Amino acid sequence: MAADKVDPIHQFQITKLVPIHVGHVDLSFTNSSLFMAATVIVATLFLVFASSGRSLVPGRWQLVAEMSYSFVANTLRDAAGKAGMQFFPMVFSLFMFVLVANLLGMIPYFFTITSHIIVTFCLAMLVIGTVVVFGIWKHGFHFFGLFVPQGVPMALVPLVTMIEVISFLSRPISLSVRLFANMLAGHITLKVFAGFVVTLSAAGAVGVAGSILPLAMAVALTALEFLVAFLQAYVFTVLTCMYLNDAIHPGH
Amino acid sequence: MAETAHTTAEVQHGGGHSGVFPPFDSTTFASQILWLAITFGLFYVLMAKVVLPRIGGILEVRHDRIAGDLEEANRLKAESEAAGAAYEKALAEARRNAQGIAAETRAKLAAEVDAKRHAAEAGLSGKITEAEARIAEIKTKALGEVDGIAVDTTEALIAALIGEQVGRDDAVAAVAAVTGK
Repeated sequence: MAADKVDPIHQFQITKLVPIHVGHVDLSFTNSSLFMAATVIVATLFLVFASSGRSLVPGRWQLVAEMSYSFVANTLRDAAGKAGMQFFPMVFSLFMFVLVANLLGMIPYFFTITSHIIVTFCLAMLVIGTVVVFGIWKHGFHFFGLFVPQGVPMALVPLVTMIEVISFLSRPISLSVRLFANMLAGHITLKVFAGFVVTLSAAGAVGVAGSILPLAMAVALTALEFLVAFLQAYVFTVLTCMYLNDAIHPGH
Repeated sequence: MAETAHTTAEVQHGGGHSGVFPPFDSTTFASQILWLAITFGLFYVLMAKVVLPRIGGILEVRHDRIAGDLEEANRLKAESEAAGAAYEKALAEARRNAQGIAAETRAKLAAEVDAKRHAAEAGLSGKITEAEARIAEIKTKALGEVDGIAVDTTEALIAALIGEQVGRDDAVAAVAAVTGK
């Protein structure tokens, strides 16, 4: 089991906590499910307790809650206009969920749910699904005008439309892979450098001296990962807002 | 199962079911999708129904309060400015009134003084004319008496010089001849 300490992939292993099988489908409550629940509980409790004072002059916790609210609200309003505010609960939930999940993943021995492609892909599909469903429901066939930019010469329309369709279809992939790959790569790198420290210091005095560099790297990477955790949540939110803008205003 | 997974993972990651890179292990997808739907759905409901209306309410109350306070401050400012203007106006009016009263008083006093001076001057000139008249009277009276005195003196001189009495009429004639009357 000692090898687990330096195996950078082990941290992404899913283990069943409560096995649940429906027919042939495995719906077990796993460590991933546990940390999804933890994310929801931590984020909700924080926001509820931070805003429980309802003071006119906010304390520092209330200020953090208010800042995250205004931050997402401003991002959404800037990208999608006032009409975009109907999606505010969804965008805010996505931002808080991804942010808290990323940050929880930074705690040692904690599972990072956003390092699994299926989770980020589901969140991305929620966004794209909302865009498509709302776009068609609101604008009908006109929604597909999104793929035909105005002012393009007739000869180029088929080509441009094809590019636009491919670009639209690649959105859920880029949206999910960006978050997934960032979290995965960050955690692997962190684990690899931390593993160096462990293996090197096991090799005697020279090894201990040599492990200073990877230790410094691990410390620096930890700081970077906290930045990435916030940044990726922000990028996910901003792109969500931009895609929602396409659903609200399909004309270019 | 977990034991074998770990031991094989230790040797290599590529081969066998247990060596599948965990994020790409499709056997876990169904469970993850289900639990993500449950947890995120719950989270969405909590955000939409509890947290966001609460924080939004706090921000709105504060916004309204600040707007109200600013309005109140503007109202008070306008009020104080109006009071200031009224004060300035009252002050200017009072100053104008005071100037009016001062000018009036000055004019009244000047008129009074003038009148008194005129009266005094009139009294004085009356007295002067009276005095002049008396002087003239005394002068004429004195001048009238001069002739008598001259006549008496002439009579007395002649009597002393030639030892005889001249007639009164001659003396008068002689004096008149000398004085050119």
